[in-house]
Amino acid sequence: MIEDEVILSVKNISKTFGGLKALMDVSFDVKRGEVFGIIGPNGSGKTTLINCITGFVKPGSGHVIFKGREITGWKPHRIAHIGIARTFQIMRPYYSLPAYKNLIIPLWSPRAKKIGGWRGGGRHGDRDTVAVDILEEIGFERDSRVPYKIASTLPTGYQKRLELARCIAIRPEIIFCDEVFSGLSMSEIAGMLPLIEKMKMDGMTIIMVEHRLRELFRVAERVMVLNFGEKIAEGRPDTVIEDKRVKEAYLGSEGV
Amino acid sequence: MEQMRKERVDRGLKVRTEGIYAISSYREMAYLLGPRLFFILAVLSLPFILDLAPYWKRVINIMCTYAILAISFDFLANYVGLVCLGGAFFTGIGGYLSAIFNTYLGMPVYLSMPAATLGGAVLCTLLLLPCLPLRGVYFAIVTLMYPLLITRVIEALNIFGGTNGMTGVDSLPNEYVEHYLVILLSLLFLFGMRRFVNQDIGLVLRGVKDNDQSVRASGIDVTSMKVMAVFIASFMGCFSGAYMAHLYMWAGLSLFALDFSIIPIASVVIGGGGTLIGAVIGSFILVPLSELLRAFGTFRIVIYSVALTAFIVFKSEGIMVYLQRKYHQFERWVKI
Repeated sequence: MIEDEVILSVKNISKTFGGLKALMDVSFDVKRGEVFGIIGPNGSGKTTLINCITGFVKPGSGHVIFKGREITGWKPHRIAHIGIARTFQIMRPYYSLPAYKNLIIPLWSPRAKKIGGWRGGGRHGDRDTVAVDILEEIGFERDSRVPYKIASTLPTGYQKRLELARCIAIRPEIIFCDEVFSGLSMSEIAGMLPLIEKMKMDGMTIIMVEHRLRELFRVAERVMVLNFGEKIAEGRPDTVIEDKRVKEAYLGSEGV
Repeated sequence: MEQMRKERVDRGLKVRTEGIYAISSYREMAYLLGPRLFFILAVLSLPFILDLAPYWKRVINIMCTYAILAISFDFLANYVGLVCLGGAFFTGIGGYLSAIFNTYLGMPVYLSMPAATLGGAVLCTLLLLPCLPLRGVYFAIVTLMYPLLITRVIEALNIFGGTNGMTGVDSLPNEYVEHYLVILLSLLFLFGMRRFVNQDIGLVLRGVKDNDQSVRASGIDVTSMKVMAVFIASFMGCFSGAYMAHLYMWAGLSLFALDFSIIPIASVVIGGGGTLIGAVIGSFILVPLSELLRAFGTFRIVIYSVALTAFIVFKSEGIMVYLQRKYHQFERWVKI
């Protein structure tokens, strides 16, 4: 069955920073088209794991396999080129450019040029139109002034959306969302959830690192729990949260 | 007492000229074209205006040479985020290459200058390649060190004329070619770069300055973008060097002088960083100023420094940013 195809397979990733063991033997598989959550207390190694997979940090040992191809230790731009996009926890749009011009950069990338397929093509001069189309999809009102504002003046909610838009502009197969809900109000999160669902319907595989469990569990099919760099549980959200070790990790052993 | 504050509002005319409708009336077109045409015509007529003062005609050439170096610095620093402290590196390489091509290989001027510009740009880019994948201050340090290093190498090995330099370099055909070659090319570089930084590829470079991680995550190789930017900047710098070698009919160690690194930076500070034209205007002010102060001998450095400091303290935005604001916006007092 095509639904059961494993698109990303992470095997025994370990990483140490000096004496600190950030990740120890973490392994997991992600199937094509699913929403996979990675949760864990602060400092449990979630972002380091994303950095290892997307090439921003070289893993100490272990393997990352994307569609049967070993991509461990590749440069970040090569990994993005084969279809793995990511957002950053600390979002930094291209501050001096208007919001829609922020998307010119991913649209100019070799991957976007190769795949093309955005309405209006990817040819020179049409990228502005394509950029505004993408922004509209992601919740920027086309006829308002918002897409044309300088990115640094946008509110946090729009900056988060801009991060997502930057990712989908390269038409990735996998998107890593590093805490896209953090710092947002409840209503802003409510506005973001349909976007995640729509990305899933468009056939993207989504891996979300999140602290906001309630919202994550509404979209995620499976979650993995990290604590002090170790994987302590994996499975359906409702079963994982009942796991004794997960409760200990979140509440401390005394609290259970 | 009522509190008042100053408010800045875009002029109606500015807003009307932002789109295609700018061509709907002569007034709108004049608003857009006026300053540009005035600048271009003023620069083009400089050699004729200064016919009255032959000494100052020589200054035009130096002004434009520094203007090109300043454009190169402004482009790298404010559009790519690479602070280059080595304008002298580019001029030195360009100048020496042109002199070598001209005297050793016997190439005529119209071949040696383009060859030195292109070859110099390639050579500079290759030499700077090792520090391009790094982030931070390394690029600035390496560009500062290279001219010093090469000067010592030429001195120690006594190659290319050693401390005396290479003489017997062909001059340019006549005075007007001297003036207009550098004037036209500085205008070409200025308006070419202004266009380039707003193209899609220019936006990618500006993205590298704002946030290189994000550019990487979009699947673009940041190092190769920086290589391209350094090539463009060193192309302009090497042209300046090659031009000076033929202008003075001599290529010597002074082509690696610190002036070629520092004055362009000062010009960009005075003119307004990130405007490109500010870089040109800055060097059109600073170079004649330093000529005027020549009478004071070494004391001119003091006056020069005081003027620069005053600028940084009182008008740190730069002349061009200030002028653009006055041109496009008006100010009024409003109640808080």
